[in-house]
Amino acid sequence: MSLTLAEVAAWIIVVALNAYVLFGGADFGGGVWDLLASGPRRQQQRDLIAHAIGPIWEANHVWLIVVVVMLFVCFPPAFAAFGTLLHVPLSLMLIGIVLRGSAFVFRSYSYGPRSEQRRWGQTFAISSVITPMVLGMCVGAVVSGHVGAAMTAMDAPSARFADTYLHPWISPFSIAVGAMTVALLSFLAATYLTIEAATDRPLQDDFRNRALGAAVTAVVLAIVALVLGAESDVMARLIRPGWATLVLAGSGVAAVTSVVSLLKRRFQLARVAAGAWVTLILWGWVLAQFPLIIPPDLTINAAAAPNRTLAETMAVLAGGAVVLIPSLWYLLRVFKGSDQSAESLGRDGQARL
Amino acid sequence: MPDLLAARSQMAMSLGFHIVFAVVGIGLPALMVIAEWRWIRTGDGAYLELAKRWSKGAAILFAVGAVSGTVLSFELGLLWPGFMRFAGSIIGMPFSLEGFAFFTEAIFLGIYLYGWNRVSRSAHLFAGIVVAASGVLSGIFVVIANAWMNTPAGFTMVGGDAVDVRPFMAMANAAAFPETLHMTLAAYAGTGLTVAGIHAIAILRGNRSAFHRLALGIALTLGAPAAILQPLSGDVSARSAAIHQPAKLAALEAHFETQRGAPLHIGGWPDVDERVTRWAIRIPYGLSLLAFHDPNAEVKGLDDVPRDQWPPVAIVHVAFQVMVALGTIMALVSMWALWRWWRGRSIDAVVDDRLVLRALAVVTPMGFLAIEAGWTVTEVGRQPWIIHGVLRTADAVTPMPGLVVPFLIFTLLYLLLGVIVVYLLRQQIVRAPTQ
Repeated sequence: MSLTLAEVAAWIIVVALNAYVLFGGADFGGGVWDLLASGPRRQQQRDLIAHAIGPIWEANHVWLIVVVVMLFVCFPPAFAAFGTLLHVPLSLMLIGIVLRGSAFVFRSYSYGPRSEQRRWGQTFAISSVITPMVLGMCVGAVVSGHVGAAMTAMDAPSARFADTYLHPWISPFSIAVGAMTVALLSFLAATYLTIEAATDRPLQDDFRNRALGAAVTAVVLAIVALVLGAESDVMARLIRPGWATLVLAGSGVAAVTSVVSLLKRRFQLARVAAGAWVTLILWGWVLAQFPLIIPPDLTINAAAAPNRTLAETMAVLAGGAVVLIPSLWYLLRVFKGSDQSAESLGRDGQARL
Repeated sequence: MPDLLAARSQMAMSLGFHIVFAVVGIGLPALMVIAEWRWIRTGDGAYLELAKRWSKGAAILFAVGAVSGTVLSFELGLLWPGFMRFAGSIIGMPFSLEGFAFFTEAIFLGIYLYGWNRVSRSAHLFAGIVVAASGVLSGIFVVIANAWMNTPAGFTMVGGDAVDVRPFMAMANAAAFPETLHMTLAAYAGTGLTVAGIHAIAILRGNRSAFHRLALGIALTLGAPAAILQPLSGDVSARSAAIHQPAKLAALEAHFETQRGAPLHIGGWPDVDERVTRWAIRIPYGLSLLAFHDPNAEVKGLDDVPRDQWPPVAIVHVAFQVMVALGTIMALVSMWALWRWWRGRSIDAVVDDRLVLRALAVVTPMGFLAIEAGWTVTEVGRQPWIIHGVLRTADAVTPMPGLVVPFLIFTLLYLLLGVIVVYLLRQQIVRAPTQ
């Protein structure tokens, strides 16, 4: 199969989105567990989450910027359509992003009383739920074809505000996709945190149980989403035999593997399988939607920027990757390397004062 | 509130908020790297304390800058889909490059902030240098995109569409060099003199610890030369505007009538209906001299521009006067402080001169006020165009009604954030050592 330059650009965007989900997404999942922290080790759970995401969340967040920039450089009409029709949810998501990021650093650097830190902690936690929920709803809105339909209908004089700016993204299906996104990212975060908590068995068990609970929730919500969205073309292609179905089946295998490895306390394997599960769901969606960028009509090629822009952007990406990948590797080696464990938690706490 | 005005207000507010953090993100890493380097060279613990203290400020401000920058990248599509549809493929290049610079910055900031005990001293210093350098690059790339909106290049217009798009040529537009030079110097001057002012105030209040003295020295080293060079770069910018955006230059100088030997108006209020500038100090031949370095050069006035293509003259003129006045004071105070330092052979000469300290204290907020005024000049001065001569702002705005709602929500959100940031930074300064 020969790909156009535009299609290659689209795949690169999906890779960046994939990275955002695996890294930045897990940081949001961490916020969910901050919100749901409970039991005798509530404070340790929160400290571990803060310790795990502190050095890396800003770098992880930049993947989203890469996705947005690539989208508006390579597919300006699609970006303009998203910006117009999804104005409301994207604004909500932005508020979530602003509150999550700033509340997290405010909590880390506050000398104020405990109650004040707690308030920022709550802000951080609540916005960590809202942001991926709304992002998932936006994806649901695109997948269902409602955004595409509203795009065609919006110029008609009969189009009301709600038809154009609210109904496309508020539907049972999009809500199911949003909730599934939150569950999946929470699952991802809890699985990662079992490794961060390696030296503290009870704490590790807390996150192991949470990961298992989130996995079950995510599976249930995924089935709900499949049922609710069955009418849409994209979801239908997920179920009919084809590449997308194969990938979906693969995600099922990864899901089972991750749950079994959690049960068997094989946490490194669980982490890999969890990442694979989430990744394959993403790619299943993308393959089912290919070659459309906004279903039901707008294709990747029709929405693409001129070839020269695409080619030069990819040249810049290749050059940037040469700097970026070693830097990212270095960051993760310093903070997530195998010699790092919970014993460094106290040391870091002091170092930051 | 009309939707177009609400959209413009939201964009202006978002930019005006973000730019403070973006500027600190360029200047503060330079300060902390200098402090850390001095610590490694001298072993003086006060330098280490300074580097750590500044890095904490950088952490708070960088995070708010990162999230408010994310808001802006989305707002391009949320508020100006018409602009993105037309321009996305042309000016995406500097944004892509900025993405990488920002990524590098975020990675090495993580290492810098959390890696004091995890990497070697030289690796740590290196991380700081990368943060400082990529901060400058990020700023340059974003400003290049703005320069393109003022002097569009790198495409051919055929029947309302841009064809033959050349992204790298778009980056090499006429305003790119003057604007990026002016903004980078502004970032160093603004951050350096604000930090110098804060420590000057602490010294005036009787806290003469090594911490404040060394901080004052480093902040002046960064801020004062930039403030002194800034008027020269302003001259480069004004001459670029004279050639490429005569309407903008005419508005910012409140210059209505095309003439040779044009006078310079200092201060005053432009009366748009009567097309005269009242109560200004007029310097004969001044504008021709400044704009073209020739007292008899012809300077285009607003008369030569169709009335529906005038920017809001009064706002632009006043903002410009404010920026120039503040910049001039900053340059003069910087020269004074550096002269005292040089004559006394030691920063103590500045620390002991209460007059200089008071001047520095007064200058504290001026850099940031000048930056806000300067962005008002460049953004409002480009109106009614979003892309000069190509696309009107009114034609680029989103069709969504009720834009006053997001404008108010984001304004409240940013007000809240601003208050909290000031509160947290005060905590950092209050806890500064007194010995």
